[in-house]
Formats: sequence, structure tokens, C-alpha cells
Amino acid sequence: MKFVDEFRDPELIHKTAEEIQRLADPARHYRLMEVCGGHTHAIYRFGLKDILPSNIELIHGPGCPVCVLPMGRIDDGLSIAQNSNVIFTAFGDMMRVPGTHGSPLEHKARGMDVRIVYSPADAIKLAKANPEKHVMFFAIGFETTAPSTALVLQRAKKENLRNFSIFCNHVTIIPAIRAILDSPDMRIDGFIGPGHVSTVIGCRPYEWIAKNERKPIVVSGFEPLDLLQSIVMLLRQLRAGESRVENQYKRVVPWEGNIAALRAMSDVFELRPYFEWRGLGFISQSALRLSEEYAEWDSERLFAIPGIRVTDPKAAQCGEVLKGVLKPAQCKLFGNECTPEHPIGALMVSSEGSCAAYYNYEHRKAALLTSLGASA
Amino acid sequence: VSPKDASASTAPKIRFREPQIEMAHGAGGIASRRLIEGLFVPLLSSGPLQPLGDAAHLRLNGNLIAITTDSFVVKPLRFPGGSIGELAVNGTVNDLAVSGAKAEALVTTFVLEAGLATSVLQAEIEAMASAAAKAGVRIVGGDTKVVEHGKADSMYISTTGIGSPLAGLEINAASVRPGDKILVSGPIGDHGITILLARGELDLEADLFSDTRSLLPFIETISQVAGPSIRWMRDPTRGGVATSLNELARDCGLGIVLREDAIPVRNEVRGACELLGLDPLHIANEGQFLAVVAAESADTILSALQKMTGGEQACLIGEVQEQPAGAVLITTQYGGTRIIDMLVGDPLPRIC
Repeated sequence: MKFVDEFRDPELIHKTAEEIQRLADPARHYRLMEVCGGHTHAIYRFGLKDILPSNIELIHGPGCPVCVLPMGRIDDGLSIAQNSNVIFTAFGDMMRVPGTHGSPLEHKARGMDVRIVYSPADAIKLAKANPEKHVMFFAIGFETTAPSTALVLQRAKKENLRNFSIFCNHVTIIPAIRAILDSPDMRIDGFIGPGHVSTVIGCRPYEWIAKNERKPIVVSGFEPLDLLQSIVMLLRQLRAGESRVENQYKRVVPWEGNIAALRAMSDVFELRPYFEWRGLGFISQSALRLSEEYAEWDSERLFAIPGIRVTDPKAAQCGEVLKGVLKPAQCKLFGNECTPEHPIGALMVSSEGSCAAYYNYEHRKAALLTSLGASA
Repeated sequence: VSPKDASASTAPKIRFREPQIEMAHGAGGIASRRLIEGLFVPLLSSGPLQPLGDAAHLRLNGNLIAITTDSFVVKPLRFPGGSIGELAVNGTVNDLAVSGAKAEALVTTFVLEAGLATSVLQAEIEAMASAAAKAGVRIVGGDTKVVEHGKADSMYISTTGIGSPLAGLEINAASVRPGDKILVSGPIGDHGITILLARGELDLEADLFSDTRSLLPFIETISQVAGPSIRWMRDPTRGGVATSLNELARDCGLGIVLREDAIPVRNEVRGACELLGLDPLHIANEGQFLAVVAAESADTILSALQKMTGGEQACLIGEVQEQPAGAVLITTQYGGTRIIDMLVGDPLPRIC
């Protein structure tokens, strides 16, 4: 498969792994954060941890939009769809995320009109096909998915489509990275920068991380070779005592980002003064809402929203795990009260969440390998 | 499922505590298993529990027979490479075949939605007749029910089949041993991805066809060349290869170790899975089977399969080891490993 197989070539991967081995100072422990949930997923899927030296620790960052969404927002969205005239639409990612009274899929099983769409444009199609209904799209995601929401809103406005609205939960990545860096217990040596987000925002917005915080950051692709090469680039910078923004994912990410997408976003969205992130708390100017000009397509303005706030249980240490202070298995709830089937904390919710990924792949593997050692 | 003494306790142990049935309970993965083992088995089974296979083998008036049943609710009714009628025959024939039996007769039930065009129904009956002729099985009876418009999705078909055990075959997860080889009859994921694309919701197109077919000729052939070496078989339908092999790992208490680069997946299927964030190992098949065979006969069985039309791409994908006990481990081409779990719920595309 073109553009995939080249980046999974076993020989190149072994060579790059050897390069990492050579560059990593055995006397040093490296803590690298991959910001994006897609990277977390790829790292586990390709078993990359097994081929990295043990002194390189990968810390899973906040870039899983499903994980950082507070449960109250899901409750709010579902409360709109309690109205039998409303069709609730969302990406597949959202469908199993629990609200207080169950996930969208569970609401569907109880009779709510919940549909999976693959793009917000499909939600518009649905609205046109069902003129007597109101179609609400539950929008989530970072700058990766926000432009497609923006384009759909522009289209809805242009076509004066009246039975369609967006329940906007889009968040922005930079304030989340800032919140992690501002935390006093933060211990990270460098960042693997988010690839998809950067196709939209480009590489410039990360420059303060390199300049002010003196941390190297390499924007990376999602194939095994991309990730390993990014680690090589980070190690080279750390070895040379440098901190720069580098772009490993040049085949997709332009340094300046996607101007057309950014323009569409600034037409449609404005920054919220603050927004709650699961695990990180309230972060100012970290999320988007529809601007005044698009008020007629804003579910939050069209419907009465209860504004539900559900606090995560005190014992859940999601924030510490997100910041890399604790490993998933060090949280008190991990694996006993909090599991992928019954998630309590944010990071157990999506397969890209660090706790769920750790639970699915590492935790079971660790347990199995322990039993292997015991029986050998 | 561990054997229990039936006389020890008469009260069934219901462990299924979920308040309502979700789509996931029908997806063939871990939720389906919880429902079946936690609610159906305790209330319906009598006598010692057996591993849940594809078909039951019982003795009737001194004769061994195999029996199984399956329902088909696929949407759309027709898709590239097949249709619901064809699936309804092949699915049941295959469940019998992988349990080590040749389908002899089927009975069928149609649940029809009022308003269904007769031409649509006729096309499916014809598809069943032709699939049955191809598989060498008779359809000897049936039942028809019609429900109000809006109460069913065009049509559902259920088929029940009885078969006679194939000589020299004994399929049993407990007979699986470390060192046994795992083989698959051909490329995986074709059916599930074909259906996903045929629904037309994805605006993706690929030159892809359902793999629905009768597996009986393949299984008859390998049972003739090395029947006693075949320990276990399964057709990995809903839940895919991952779910079938996890069930095997659990039933035999051994580890299933797969080599990722050995698993045959068509480029079209890989591409769709990459785009949608799905794993081909979780995608349904309707015309492939998995077999665990004794190492010394693996090559004989494989070359017999590869000589058959439609079996050319059969290959060995891994082996049984002592560890990791009860789990499926895959080694990536780069020397990394990951645990392959059962499907949790329906496979949902990941977008962000």
C-alpha cells in the first residue's frame, strides 16, 4: 500500500532503532511525551515500546479529544436529543463514551435517534433527508476536525438550512500543552508533536515551547518509521543541548499550516473564555464555540442546556497521568475500579486514551509475561 | 467453560447483570459471550457444560448427528459477491463443516416485513436454492412470518441444519497442544469490509467481494489427507479472527502466537481498515476458516488446500505455545508484540 508500506519497512525500522540505541545516553532517562492520541494508538499497535531502549519512556499526552471531554458535556448533548424531534449524530469515537446515564449507544438502544456519521457533511445530508427533524452534530476534536465542522457550518448558512445545528466541543491543543508545562510537577524532556493537528495549524505555534520552555519538539507522522525517526531527531537535539521545532512529517505538514482551513475556522468559531478538560480542569481560552454570526446553528443557543457538571472521583489521578507524573498503573483506581468496560477516569474512555491503551496492551501483556517468567 | 457436575446444583447461576440488550450483544465479541454464558447457558443447558462450539454433536438412537442454527439480518440484502439468501445457506453449512460434519438438510424461517417486493423475496429464495445445490444440501422445510411494515428490516432469515460427522475428524479445543500450527484458508476481512462499503455511508469504493461460500469441500479434503491431525476449526464470522482465536485460547488454556506479516489481507481491505481505524483481525468473514493442526501434518494439509480452487492463498499464520496462557499475542514485523483482544462491541470507525 503506497504511503504506508514505505514507512513500515522492517529493515529501515531496525536501522532506526539501532540509531536510537546509539544516540541514547545509557546514564540518562528520557521522558518524551507524544501529544497526540493517534500516536499513542500507533505506538501500542506496532509494539514500538518493545524495540526502544528501556531508558526511553513515552508519556501519553492530552491529545485524545474523547478522553478530555467532561462527562457533563455528553450529558448536555444527550439531553438535547431527549426531544424526540432531534436526531443525535456523532463520530463513531463518541458512541461508547459514557455519560452519567449511559453512552450514546446505550441511549440508542433505549430508543433515542442516535446515528454514527463519518463526517459532519453526512449530518447535513441527513438533515436534508429529514426536513421534519432537527439534526444535531456533536462536534469533537482538536484543530484536526474543527475545519470540517467550520466548512459544514458555512454551507448550512449559505443554503439557509434550518433544521441543523452543531453542539460544539472543539478544543485547541496549544493551551493543553501549556497547562502541562505550567504544572510544577512536570517532568518531560521533549515532545513528539501532533501530526494531524499540525497539518492545520502548522509548526509555528510550537515555537514558544522550544524558545521559552527550552524543550525540543518534533512534529511526527503516524507510521512506525515516522515515530522512530522523530525520536532520533529529539535525541539528537537533546544530545546537542538544543531545543528547536522540527518537522518530521513534511510530506503532509506545511510549516505555515493550512491557510484555507484556518480562515474557515476563524470565520465560524471564537475562543471560549475557558473550558473544562477532564483530568486537567478549567483551562482558559482552550476551546471553540460558534461565533455570533452562526448563532442560528449553535445547539447551545437553540436549546436549553442543563449545563451539567460531573466531577471525576477524587481518587482518579487522571491529571497526574496526563502530565506524566504517574504511569497509568500507578493510579489507585487503575485496573480494579477503572477499566475500559467501566471507565471512571477520562483516560480509560477511548482506545487512544493512555490508560485504556496501557490496559489493553501493556497491562495484560505485563501480567502474562510475569506468569511466563514464573512458569519458566 | 469448565465442566461442572450437573448434580451439584440445580439452580442456574445467572451472571448476566446488564439491564438491557445493546447492539454489542449481537456483535459476536466479548459482550455476546457474556450474554450467552451468563444468561442463555445457565437457563437452557442441561448436564455438564461443553465448550461453546459452532454446532452440537449428539447421539440419537445410536447415530451421531450434528445440529446448528443461525440467523441472518444483514443489510443491504444484496452486496458484491453475495446476498442474504446465499449467506443463510453457507453460514449454516459452514458452522456444521467446521464442527467436523457434512450438512445433510436445512430447515429455514423467513421473517418478512409487510411491503417487501415479491421480486426481492423471490431473488433470495433463488439464491438459497442455488447455494444449497452448490453445497450439496437439501432444504427440507420452512416457516414464514410476516410482521408489520417498520417492524423488521425487509427480511430476516434463519436456518437450522443437521449434518453427519465426517469420518476421522474430532474437533475439540482440549486436544490442542503447544507446537500445533494455526492456518487460515485465505485472505481475511473481505466480507465485513464489503458490507461496510456496500452500505454506501462511507463514500469509499473498492473492488471487493464478500467471500461467502461453502467451506465443506475444503474441510472434506483436509479431513481425508490428515483428519486425525486436525485439532480444532472455526469459521471466524462476527468478531473476526481475533475473537475466534481468543475463544480458542480460553478454551484450551494455551497461548496463540501469530505472525502479523503472515496473515493474508487484501490491499483493499488493509486500505479501508487503515482509513477507518479498524483491525482486519476483528472484521467478519463468511468463507474462510481457521484450523489448528499438528505440526507434523501442517505442510501436508496446507499443500492439499493450496491445490484447490479458492484455497490457493491458504497459509500458516502462527502456532500454539504454552504462554501467554489464555491469550492471543501477535508479533509485529519489527519484533514488537501486542495482545489481540476479542472485539468489544461493534467495530466503530475511529475518526479523530
